[in-house]
Amino acid sequence: MSELKVTPMKPRPRPDKSSGGASVVEPEDKDQIDPNELREEHEQRLQEQQKHIEEVDRETLLRMLYQMILIRRFEEKAAEAYTLGKIGGFCHLYIGQEAVAVGTLSTLRPDDYALTSYRDHGHALAMGTSPDEVMAELYGKAGGCSSGKGGSMHLFDADKHFLGGHAIVGGQIPLATGVAFATKYRNTDQVTLVYFGEAAVNQGAFHESLNMAQLWKLPCIYICENNQYGMGTSLARAMSQSDVSQKACAYGLASEFVDGMDVLAVRDATLRAVERARKDYLPSLLEIRTYRFMGHSMSDPGHYRTRAEIERYQERDPIKVFGTNLREKGVLDEAGFKEIEERVRGEVERALKFADTSPEPAPEELYTNIYATPIKSEQ
Amino acid sequence: MAVITMREALNQAMREEMKRDEGVFLMGEEVAAYQGAYKVSKGLLEEFGDKRVIDSPITELGFAGLGVGAAMVGLRPVIEFMTFNFSILATDQIINSAAKMRYMSGGQFKIPIVFRGPNGSAYQVSSQHSQALESWYANFPGLKVVMPSTPADAKGLLKSAIRDDDPVIFLEQERMYGNKGEVPDGEDFLVPLGVADVKREGKDATIVARSLTVPLALKAAEELEKQGVSVEVVDPRTIRPLDIETIINSVKKTNRVVIAEESHPFCGVAAEISAQIMERAFDYLDAPVKRVSAADAPMPYAKNLERLALPDVERIIKAVREVAYLD
Repeated sequence: MSELKVTPMKPRPRPDKSSGGASVVEPEDKDQIDPNELREEHEQRLQEQQKHIEEVDRETLLRMLYQMILIRRFEEKAAEAYTLGKIGGFCHLYIGQEAVAVGTLSTLRPDDYALTSYRDHGHALAMGTSPDEVMAELYGKAGGCSSGKGGSMHLFDADKHFLGGHAIVGGQIPLATGVAFATKYRNTDQVTLVYFGEAAVNQGAFHESLNMAQLWKLPCIYICENNQYGMGTSLARAMSQSDVSQKACAYGLASEFVDGMDVLAVRDATLRAVERARKDYLPSLLEIRTYRFMGHSMSDPGHYRTRAEIERYQERDPIKVFGTNLREKGVLDEAGFKEIEERVRGEVERALKFADTSPEPAPEELYTNIYATPIKSEQ
Repeated sequence: MAVITMREALNQAMREEMKRDEGVFLMGEEVAAYQGAYKVSKGLLEEFGDKRVIDSPITELGFAGLGVGAAMVGLRPVIEFMTFNFSILATDQIINSAAKMRYMSGGQFKIPIVFRGPNGSAYQVSSQHSQALESWYANFPGLKVVMPSTPADAKGLLKSAIRDDDPVIFLEQERMYGNKGEVPDGEDFLVPLGVADVKREGKDATIVARSLTVPLALKAAEELEKQGVSVEVVDPRTIRPLDIETIINSVKKTNRVVIAEESHPFCGVAAEISAQIMERAFDYLDAPVKRVSAADAPMPYAKNLERLALPDVERIIKAVREVAYLD
C-alpha cells in the first residue's frame, strides 16, 4: 500500500483578490463593491473553468448542469411550500452550494456510499433519490423517502446508497468512517463520501474520525463544505486555525483546497481523492469553499452578513458560471437550456403534486420500525 | 455442563459467534494485543487476527460511531467499552445514531451492533468509574438493554445480542467477572432477549434484582428462609424489552415486592418497574413497593463510604422484612 505525502495536493490560495472568491474568509464590512472589481473576478472564474470543460464528456457535463438546476428549482419551490406551511420544522436550503454535491457525486459508482448533514436535499437528489420522494418527505407524507418519519434533515435512500441526512453537527463523520471500514473489511473497492460544514470541523467527531481513517487506511473522503458560516457565526469567529484543509496534516491525510463555485474544479479534485481511496484505501480531506445564498435555515434573518458579500458570491453563482461556459464552449445552445429548464420545471411540479397528494403516515406508524425485531411496546 | 467464570462465558460467546459469522468483529480499547482490560477477549486476537479483533485508539465517540456505520451496511460489530463510564463520551452515536437510524429512515436500515463492557461499581475507583448507566440507555426506544447475572445467562444472552438485528447495550459487572457457574455445553445455547428468569421460587415476597444485586438477593433469600420468610427472586435479565409479565405474575403470588439495584434511585429502572407494578397489579399489593438502590450520591473513594453507598444483603433483608410487616 503506497504512502501518500502528507502535504496538501494543491497549495491553498492565500486570501488575495487574484485567487478569486474562494479565498474570502472575513465577511465584507462594506456594503458596496466596485462593479469593475466584481466583473474582473467573474471573468477570471469563467476562464478558470473553461480550461476544464474539454476534459469532461458532454453527457456528464449536461447531467451535472441538469442536477444543479434541479436542486436549485426544487429548493426554490420548497422554500415557497415552507412559507405556505406545507413543510414544518427546520428546512436548510442548499442554494448556492449545488456545485459541491453535484461535482463530487458525479465521480461515484452506483455502489459507492454518501452521507451528509441536515442540509441534505441536494445530496439526496444528486444521489438519484426521486424528487417526488424527497418533496413528500419534506411534507411529512407516507410517500417520502423516509416514510415521513425523518423530514428535511433525515433523508435516506438505502437503494441508492444514500445513508442520510444526520442532524447532530459532525455525527455523520464517524458513521461514514464505519461504512468505509465495512467496505474495506469486505475487500471491495467501494468509496464513501461524507459531507459536513466547516463548523463540524471543531467537533471531536471530525478529529477522531480522521485519526482512525488514516491509522487504518479507510477509503473515506471527508468533504468539508466550507460555506463560511456556522449558522450565524463566521469561520473567523469560531476557528483558531481557519485553514480547514491544513487540519489534515495533523493526521497525515492527503488534502486539497477546492473552489466550490466551480463544479468542474470540484469534480476534478474528487476524482483524485476517489482514485486514492479505490486503489490504495487512502482517505482524503477536501475543503471545498462555497457559499450559501440563503439563510442557515428558513427562519434565519441573516443579519450577520452584508448584502454586498452575498451579492459578490451570487455573481459567482455556480450554475451561472457553468451555464455561461457551456454556452461559450458550444456544449449547449439556448434551446438546450430551455429544454433543461422545462424538464426540471416538470419534475418539480410533479414532485409538489406527489407530495400534496401522498397520504399522511397511518397513525400506527408511530410505533413501527423502532426495532428490526419488534418488542412488546411496538406490538 | 462445565463450571466456568462469567469472563470465560462471555469470551466463549464472542468466540463462537465470530466463528459462526464472518461479519462479527470486536473493537475497543486494549481488546486485542492486551487481551482486554478485564481479559474478556483473551485469545481472540490469536484466533481471529487483527482484521476482526481491533485495538482502537482512546476515542469512544469515534469508534462507537464507526461501529454504527459498519452496522448500517451489514456488519455485526461488538464494541467494547473498557467500562461503561467511558460510553458517556459515545452517547451521541449510541442515542442519536444507533437508536434512531431505523426509525427516522422509515425502516430502511438495521443496526445489528452490541456495545458491551462492565457497568456499575468496581472496587474503590470513586465517582467517575463506578456508575451504573442502565436507566440512561433503557430510556430510549430503539435500544435494547441486557444485564446478565450468571455465567450461563451472560453467554446465552451475549450470543443472542450478537445475532440480534438491533443495537444492544450489554452491561456486564466488573465485580462479577470471576463469578463461577454452570454453563450448558454446545454452541447452540442461547438465552432469548426479553425473557425474565425466576432465580428462586418463593411465596411470601418477591425481590426483583438484576446484575450485581441478583447474588445479593439470593443470599438474602437464604437468610430470610431461616427466618421463616419464603422469598422469590426474579431477574428480568433484559431491561428493555422488559418482561413485566413474569414480574407481575410473581407479585400476584407474593403480594410484596422489593426491587434491588446498583444504580441511583432517582428516575431509575426500579422506579419504572415500581410504576408498572402499580399500574398493573395495584390490587394485588399488600404493602408499598420498596426500593434498595445505590446512594443518591456520587460514589466515594473511601472503603467505608463505598460500602455505605451500595446495596447489600442486610439492606435487602431489612427491606423484605419491612414489606412483609415483620419489623
